[in-house]
Amino acid sequence: MSNLFQAANASGGVSGPPSAGEYATDRLFRGIALSSAFVIILLVAYILWELGREAAPAVGEYGLSFITGSTWNASKAQFSVLPEIWGTLYSSLLALVLGGAFGIAIAIFLTQDFINHRLATVFRTIVEMLAAIPSVVFGLWGIYVLIPLLKPGAEWLHQSLGWFPLFGTDLAGPGMAPAALVLAIMILPTVAAISVDAFRRIPYKVKEAAYGMGTTRWEAILKVMLPTASSGVLAALVLGFGRALGETMALAMLIGNSNQISLSLFSPANTLASLLASNFPEAGRVEVQALMYAALVLLAITFLVNVAGLAVQQYTIRKFEGKP
Amino acid sequence: MNATAEALFVAEPFQAAGDVVIDCTVNKIFYGDFLAVRDSVVPIEKKKITGFIGPSGCGKSTVLRSLNRMNDLISVFRFEGNVIYHGQDIYAKKVDPVVVRRYIGMVFQQPNPFSMSIFDNVAFGLRLNRFKGDIEERVERALQRAALWKEVKDKLKNSGLSLSGGQQQRLCIARAIATEPDVLLMDEPCSALDPIATRQVEELMLELKENYTLAMVTHNMQQATRVADTTAFFSVDISQGGRTGYLVEMGPTRQIFEDPREQLTKEYISGEFS
Ligand SMILES: Nc1ncnc2c1ncn2[C@@H]1O[C@H](COP(=O)(O)OP(=O)(O)OP(=O)(O)O)[C@@H](O)[C@H]1O
Ligand SMILES: [Mg+2]
Repeated sequence: MSNLFQAANASGGVSGPPSAGEYATDRLFRGIALSSAFVIILLVAYILWELGREAAPAVGEYGLSFITGSTWNASKAQFSVLPEIWGTLYSSLLALVLGGAFGIAIAIFLTQDFINHRLATVFRTIVEMLAAIPSVVFGLWGIYVLIPLLKPGAEWLHQSLGWFPLFGTDLAGPGMAPAALVLAIMILPTVAAISVDAFRRIPYKVKEAAYGMGTTRWEAILKVMLPTASSGVLAALVLGFGRALGETMALAMLIGNSNQISLSLFSPANTLASLLASNFPEAGRVEVQALMYAALVLLAITFLVNVAGLAVQQYTIRKFEGKP
Repeated sequence: MNATAEALFVAEPFQAAGDVVIDCTVNKIFYGDFLAVRDSVVPIEKKKITGFIGPSGCGKSTVLRSLNRMNDLISVFRFEGNVIYHGQDIYAKKVDPVVVRRYIGMVFQQPNPFSMSIFDNVAFGLRLNRFKGDIEERVERALQRAALWKEVKDKLKNSGLSLSGGQQQRLCIARAIATEPDVLLMDEPCSALDPIATRQVEELMLELKENYTLAMVTHNMQQATRVADTTAFFSVDISQGGRTGYLVEMGPTRQIFEDPREQLTKEYISGEFS
């Protein structure tokens, strides 16, 4: 390639254009990046299409009543998932409130000079190791440790505050409370790790500005650091919520797989993912089609949650960071 | 090091004519093992503007930030000496640095607005100090004084970070003056500003000094002569092996620039020395 500005080096400058090879590498990386993105889109489209194809008979058969009714009876070929939708959203929301609050608290603890840097790294690694524990182990722990542990408290709460909807039933064994608690622990590392990054990204000068105004440590954290990190923290919450919506194994073991809609923390319930996991192995052809429909519903919920999360995140970015 | 100790230059203490608000006596300031500043007595006079000048790295920011305990944020920072503010050593155990910083405000070298609306940025200190009066009026006045009101009055809800660098710096000035702190420390407040905005900030400083006390670091000699009543010249001492900053000379600005006592000062202000 000829250099249009060769003459500009007359007084000994060494500036020059990138070489043909450098341009080629540039194009190559662009190509790789674009095709990877394209492959992912194709993959998602393919999975959706397959699911849709398998679910098509059930979609035609049950239509909207699938998501408004509450029976799942294979022998009568009656299928609908409202209790599972409720259970999915309720358990995930409880987990998000618990795991989210705790995860953000951990992130603040690890980044705002409460402990020294090295200790913080150790701590963070331990929290992240939670993510490596297999779901089935959480399930077993829930059954053998958590449920027996919760029982006395649940009984007491039900007996003395039974009028309160959250404590409306007794904990007989598996149920919403142990499931949501385990879910909260499972999403904790996601929320904590991503929030830690969000807090770490805050430039030092912001901290200086906060303390320079005469804030106490808590004022600096709550009034300055948290708003500054808010878009990252929201991303952490959205990811955590997504993880909770799709979690299968631990929930199948802990939630009680019971088709009912109840606000009570101690009543058994069911989720879409747990329904899929529990019913697939013995499902006949018609039930499999219904399960595929349920999987589509789960996908749609996850998609909507992500879109909503993204919208909120964009809103905070615009509001707090002033980016268009 | 001890052998040469008696040969170390120590500036003659400046005898301020008027009341001194902050009487700062630095014996040593360390960052870890590094001795950043030694033996400097810097009295900040009430309702005057004190300018700090000197070559890069001589510790101007370090001394300025010691005046409201900003450097406490740096874990390796260590201050030996005392800073008497209204009869109280701010480095005394019983003093909470948070309180010190509410009375002695600061504008930093780089603009650092908060990720919140322009209005909330300026109102921050007012709310922090539980100001009960008319917040909107105070915010407008602070923005007007910081010469930013005209540019932002129609977009007070927009993020402070959506402004240009120079506007952000004026926003930070507005944020700092909204509570009208007793003393305002400014670390090169105009380095991001164009000449017009610079003059507006200088006018603001002159206006503020009617009621408040200011101390400012600047690399701009003209600026020092334009606004500073008193000037402190710092330099770097490399004779001890390290690069330790120290006060060379402090006095009325006119005397420092027209009739400096020290050779180093003369060389610096005439630009023979960087
Ligand atoms: N946080 C810190 N940790 C360690 N050393 C520091 C720190 N801040 C400043 N120093 C050192 O202290 C010395 C004085 O720094 P300071 O920032 O006070 O200089 P300055 O006079 O303000 O320079 P400039 O005009 O470039 O802003 C320098 O040698 C610098 O390297
Ligand atoms: Mg500096």
